[in-house]
Amino acid sequence: MAFGTSVDLTSNTGGIVTPNPFWLASAPPANSGGQIMRAFDAGWGGAVWKTLGTPIQNVSSRFGALHFKGTRAIGFNNIELITDRPLEVNFREIAEVKKRYPKHGVIVSLMVETRDEWRDMIKRSIDAGADGLELNFGCPHGMCERGMGSAVGQEPALNEKITSWAVEFSTIPVLVKLTPNVDHINPHGLAAKRGGAHGVSLINTIKSLIAVDIDRFVPEPRVAGLSTNGGYCGAAVKPIAMHMIGSLARDPDFGLPISGIGGVANWRDAVEFILLGCSSVQVCTEVMLRGYRVVGDMIEGLTEYMRSHGFSTIEEMRGKAVPQFSEWGELDLNYETVAKIDPDKCIGCHACVVACHDGAHQCIHPAPKAAGTRVPVVDESECVGCNLCQIVCPVPDCITMAAVDNGFKPATWNEFQSEGKPLRPKKGAH
Amino acid sequence: MLGPRGGGGVRWTRTGPAARKAARACGRVYDRGPMVDPLNLPEDRSEAGFGDYKPALGPAQALAEANRCLYCADAPCVQKCPTAIDIPEFIRKISTGNLKGSARTILDANIFGMSCARVCPVEVLCVGGCVYNEMDAPPIAIGRLQRYVTDAALAEDWRYFTAGPASGRSVGLVGGGPASLAAAHELRRRGHACTIYDAGHWLGGLNTTGVAPYKLRADDALAEVAYVLGIGGIAVESGVHIGRDVGWDALLARHDALFIGVGLGADRVLDIPGKQLAGIDGAVAFIEKFKLGRVDLGGVKRAVVVGGGNTAVDAVRELVGLGVSEVTMLYRGDEAAMSGYEHEWKAAKIEGVRSLWHTQPTAYVERDGRVAGLRCVKLGADKRPLAGEEFEVPAELVLLAIGQARLGELVAGLGGVQLEGGRLIVDADGATGNPRVYAGGDCANGGKEVVNAVAEGKRAALAIDRALTASASK
Repeated sequence: MAFGTSVDLTSNTGGIVTPNPFWLASAPPANSGGQIMRAFDAGWGGAVWKTLGTPIQNVSSRFGALHFKGTRAIGFNNIELITDRPLEVNFREIAEVKKRYPKHGVIVSLMVETRDEWRDMIKRSIDAGADGLELNFGCPHGMCERGMGSAVGQEPALNEKITSWAVEFSTIPVLVKLTPNVDHINPHGLAAKRGGAHGVSLINTIKSLIAVDIDRFVPEPRVAGLSTNGGYCGAAVKPIAMHMIGSLARDPDFGLPISGIGGVANWRDAVEFILLGCSSVQVCTEVMLRGYRVVGDMIEGLTEYMRSHGFSTIEEMRGKAVPQFSEWGELDLNYETVAKIDPDKCIGCHACVVACHDGAHQCIHPAPKAAGTRVPVVDESECVGCNLCQIVCPVPDCITMAAVDNGFKPATWNEFQSEGKPLRPKKGAH
Repeated sequence: MLGPRGGGGVRWTRTGPAARKAARACGRVYDRGPMVDPLNLPEDRSEAGFGDYKPALGPAQALAEANRCLYCADAPCVQKCPTAIDIPEFIRKISTGNLKGSARTILDANIFGMSCARVCPVEVLCVGGCVYNEMDAPPIAIGRLQRYVTDAALAEDWRYFTAGPASGRSVGLVGGGPASLAAAHELRRRGHACTIYDAGHWLGGLNTTGVAPYKLRADDALAEVAYVLGIGGIAVESGVHIGRDVGWDALLARHDALFIGVGLGADRVLDIPGKQLAGIDGAVAFIEKFKLGRVDLGGVKRAVVVGGGNTAVDAVRELVGLGVSEVTMLYRGDEAAMSGYEHEWKAAKIEGVRSLWHTQPTAYVERDGRVAGLRCVKLGADKRPLAGEEFEVPAELVLLAIGQARLGELVAGLGGVQLEGGRLIVDADGATGNPRVYAGGDCANGGKEVVNAVAEGKRAALAIDRALTASASK
């Protein structure tokens, strides 16, 4: 059934319709009309214009990165602020882009203070032809100290109030961009909803200190002899982003469209975000590191995924993983797995042995010398099914976690608490 | 003429900064001439024209390769290393930028880590054990990573080991190759006085005189010897034949223990008509000549190397490198039967080396008093000459790589020490039948790799230390 499914990538996020779900996030890659037009040529479906407000003065340097084992910038951090270009130039370019690319989505990110400023900026954005607005309530550095950005996003009442102003002034969809620098995301998403937002986008960057120069004793990025906290992003933040997106997506009181942001670097990431409820995804860091051209593979990969899974529209696949994102208390305590090592695939590196011995429950052992093999032995009576061995194994599909029929009926923690359902004996707890 | 000749012998004659640095590194070296100063090698020696067979890695390559390592536990690569270098650990230290720690890990296990990185047949040792081989991925370039680290350690003279407090005991080491030097280094870490007696002029044994120059050049080998001697307190007597110039009894009287690491003897000769002709040489002797000096191969267009072992394979590749246009390996067996490493022979074939299998020389052909070729006969499956299958192979140079003489009379008069097939019989600790005499390296193992010599020298040093410490506490 999968083969031959015709696939339509059209994305609709709260009324903002784009040819595909891949948008440039509001950030340096979406700083100017020339850039955005090149991005559209490369295949991007939409772009959230670098945040407009009262133009600021930036510092040098602005970026820092987390490198790991030879892979550069698995995490990224910036202390750049909103646009530093004159507003009239930005609005003129927005108009030009929309004129040349009428089918692509241009969303204007805004960050100002007073009601009058919001009214003015929204009007100018709509006049320029914007398809939607994104209220930047997320920036965790520089602007929040001035009472904007995450200072708004962290305060639900303020969020709701300013959102309601924007919705009042706007004739186009309004998205609220949420900050992850909160203890729980849902109250902030609900505040945006109460304010009348048509959707939310998340996550903005995470407050961070990316590195310390160990010779100069100065954190990075270094500005003369000092540094400051920045916003963390890139591949490494994806789990945090997905948790927050999933939390809102499964909240029955929420229900707004979501534009997902945070560590999306390829089509697989995009699929995960869409399965967690996103209608579109926004990308910044991967483009900053590798350029607009990465979208070609994203489009192709997503299309092929949809085709092979029998999805013909984004809406059909959207949120498919949300019902399975549950609470710990709903997990089956009697479900048991043990590690199985495929002797034909095993290369004998003993990564699982050392990981199990030092980091888990001491149940994977080297084969006895007489056995003449380096394929380790799993003591299944001790294996707690934790999964660590499978994670460290360098060979795809060599270690699998096999379900064990232990004769116990499913029992969750909640059921155990309320009904006293019998639990299987603990393993590895001696 | 034993013992320090503080003022008598000719010492370091060069006064350049490198020579001074090497001299400082070596401490007191007693000799009739400099033995470890690479500056004293002729600049125009023939080996200088050879390129690197496995070029050095740059920092970016080394980092990328180090990051590929899976950091195996109980790693097969370590198990395959005779000196048991903790390979995953030194590679991890490269990946974190802890190069000095990486070199310490290597050199603590194997003080000849620099030359072993270059000359080890890694394909059949550590790299052959890499688990990546099991998943059809390229194995980690362990030798090249080890070279990356140890080159830096030697170039920047990173030093880790100091002599232990003087034990009052003394060990004599006969032979100046890797086995004796590794043993002496280990013994100095434990505070025992050491004197090396070498019959030749240059220290380092075959590392200096015999390794193929595309793997290790003599000047680098000597720099490493200087680095090893840098622990201080290793006296060196060169040009001394123990057993001939100095008796074993005298040596035993002078030292608490002896280590024998004299390697193998001279190249064997083919006892066939014409063996006295010019243009015939032993392969080991010839290799030493072009490594330490200049050889003139002006009249040599065709060369034949007789033999099928690793010396033969080295020799044919070296002759190609020296510009001989037609090089042939002549062996009484065939490709499957030869003992030379398969990967080395493969490389030789790629370089254009020819082969004559199942062939036995019966006489040298003479022209104008020089060798002009070999008269040969084909051998049958039973290794017997086939009637009517005789032919001539033209060659202006014939090298013999059919083995080296064994020790025989060298150790005659050393009570309790036994030989078998020319090899010294030793136990797992390198101990001979004489409780004060230990041995290691080629003279005991019959001719293996540098890394085996280092492992055996170190192992014997540890056993000697245990014996000396036990007897001291009595």
